[in-house]
Amino acid sequence: MDLLTLLQVLDATVRLSTPLLLACLAGLFSERAGIFDIGLEGKMLAAAFTAAAVAAITGNVWIGLVAGIAASLLFSAIHGLASITFRGNQLISGVALNFLASGLTVLVAQAWFAQGGRTPSLQGAARFNPITLPFAESLSGVPILGPIYAELISGHTILVYVSFLVVPLTWWILFRTRFGLRLRAVGENPAAVDTAGISVVGLRFAAVGICGVLCGIAGAYLSTGLQAGFVKDMTAGRGYIALAALIFAKWRPWYALTACLLFGFLQAIALRSDLIEAVIGFRIQIQLLDALPYILTVIILAGFVGKAIPPRAGGEPYVKER
Amino acid sequence: MQKMPQWADVVLIPLISLILAAVLSGLVILAIGENPITALTIMIDGAMGSKYAWGYTLYYATNFIFTGLAVSVAFHARMFNIGGEGQATLGGLGVALCCLYLPWPHWTLAILGAIVASAAFGAIWALIPAWLQAKRGSHIVITTIMFNFIAAALLNYLLVSVLKPVGSMEPATGKFPEPTHLPNFAEMLAPLGISFSRGAPANVSFIIAILACFAVWALIWKTRLGYEIRAFGHSESAAKYAGISPTKIILISMSISGALAGMMALNNVMGEAERLVLNATEGAGFIGIAVALMGRSHPLGIFLAALLFGALYQGGAILSQDTSIPVQIVLVIQALVIMFTGALDNMVRVPLEKVFLAFNLSSAKPATKPTAAE
Repeated sequence: MDLLTLLQVLDATVRLSTPLLLACLAGLFSERAGIFDIGLEGKMLAAAFTAAAVAAITGNVWIGLVAGIAASLLFSAIHGLASITFRGNQLISGVALNFLASGLTVLVAQAWFAQGGRTPSLQGAARFNPITLPFAESLSGVPILGPIYAELISGHTILVYVSFLVVPLTWWILFRTRFGLRLRAVGENPAAVDTAGISVVGLRFAAVGICGVLCGIAGAYLSTGLQAGFVKDMTAGRGYIALAALIFAKWRPWYALTACLLFGFLQAIALRSDLIEAVIGFRIQIQLLDALPYILTVIILAGFVGKAIPPRAGGEPYVKER
Repeated sequence: MQKMPQWADVVLIPLISLILAAVLSGLVILAIGENPITALTIMIDGAMGSKYAWGYTLYYATNFIFTGLAVSVAFHARMFNIGGEGQATLGGLGVALCCLYLPWPHWTLAILGAIVASAAFGAIWALIPAWLQAKRGSHIVITTIMFNFIAAALLNYLLVSVLKPVGSMEPATGKFPEPTHLPNFAEMLAPLGISFSRGAPANVSFIIAILACFAVWALIWKTRLGYEIRAFGHSESAAKYAGISPTKIILISMSISGALAGMMALNNVMGEAERLVLNATEGAGFIGIAVALMGRSHPLGIFLAALLFGALYQGGAILSQDTSIPVQIVLVIQALVIMFTGALDNMVRVPLEKVFLAFNLSSAKPATKPTAAE
């Protein structure tokens, strides 16, 4: 395999990792605050549709992005209402929201565009276009580093760069700010946070809100960056892979980057089964590659390779007057 | 402390949740520019208007009874088995292997073999996450989700490579041999002189589903094991103190749950398709969650909820044929039912409890006052 092919695969890895990374960090905020969220998939899907639909109507992808984030936030608000305010079962709420997104997006898409549950394909300013970083053209002649810069680092949409910047930002917020400390505390021991006079409900809603924003960006990226328009069920299980990545990363931001890049890489090479055969000499079933993120996560969860310990108060509604 | 009578808990709350879900679904239909009343009429007629319609409604209901029971048994042990989809997929594999590779003389024997195969395959697929939960502490919800995807990938692989008949392009097994054909309602009712629609897929596995309801009822409320499962579900520490092994309860209840989900394949794989195709479960594993929540984890409630969801699925299919409303409206209704009966339970329950408390206080005042004064 030559450098150019490798770079192509890595390039695809970056593009496919981006939605996973955003969704994974979204889940990280939520679960660190003690709110399980298996509705990442539904939030992304709702955002993907809304972003594509609004971008198609207005012709402006930025308005689409804002609309996508708003849709995702709305889903977050329902999740917060069910799991924080009414102390319902967070897992059941997530399941319901996933179905709701899967059904509503097609219903509304059909009513608005009548194209069999998809949006019109987006062009020009209605989608995020690749950005060529400075000097990418002129440096591409430099051996090895030139192509890496021009092919791999340059030429992605703005949301890809944003998602990679969210990793250090998440780390900084969680581990270097007062808000982050409180957020982590509320996921471990909400009673202690409450005793200190800080609102558990407020913190948890803030976390769920951040989760909504990040899922919104992830969804908008799917329909306006990675692809040019919304199609039915286009998240294709990415929300669950992000959830798997979150466990794989043991709820830590930098590990999340690694896990998402790994899972993105698995998705990228699944598209190029000819390459795998050329490199390792025998055929690997694509289905095995599809299942690998889940199998790896089960192994990690089982504690055979390191132990993944979730936030202690995760999944439990906080009841003040016990 | 009983805050309100049991009938309110069992009947009134699900009913109010259902009405809320129905009203919101009506608003959704209104918002996409269709008439909700017309839609409801079409759905009811499409699901219950003819023998043919009933044949489909009961066919779907059979699937949902199995998956609903599966979720409920796990619920009794306070576990959320979200992996019904994967377990039913594996159950389908069990049925397919059993029907294709064993020479069955008659369907009565074949169905017994298929029950064992589907239940065993489903149980094994649930047993691995259960073991991981009991012994390694991995969260059962996450592992069962992962196992859904692994099951899908596994079946996908088997259907495109090993199980596909030679020369076939389609990712599906060959047709099961004739002796494994399960009688459908038309064939079952013909000897009794009752005519039933020949084209409808409802079959003898509906009877198995009803038997499963009785079996689950007897297991949960009439056996020692059922008592242990419920005790464990109410309080793990109390159950442990009473000498009930958590590992045993987790493993057994999840195996039963997986076996029930796997047995769904009797209906959709053996009864209807008579071969194994990709994505044969069509989301029935997830509908089991809604059914179990609505049915309050009781077999009778599950039976009724499964009938309702069966009608919803058949009605939704007819609705999408007759109007421009896509079939995904069913997903929306399903989501709202899960939301209201599951996650937003307290939204309905708390105000209702207040109503009952206020009512009880005013009516019971003369009786309670003297005791309070002493």
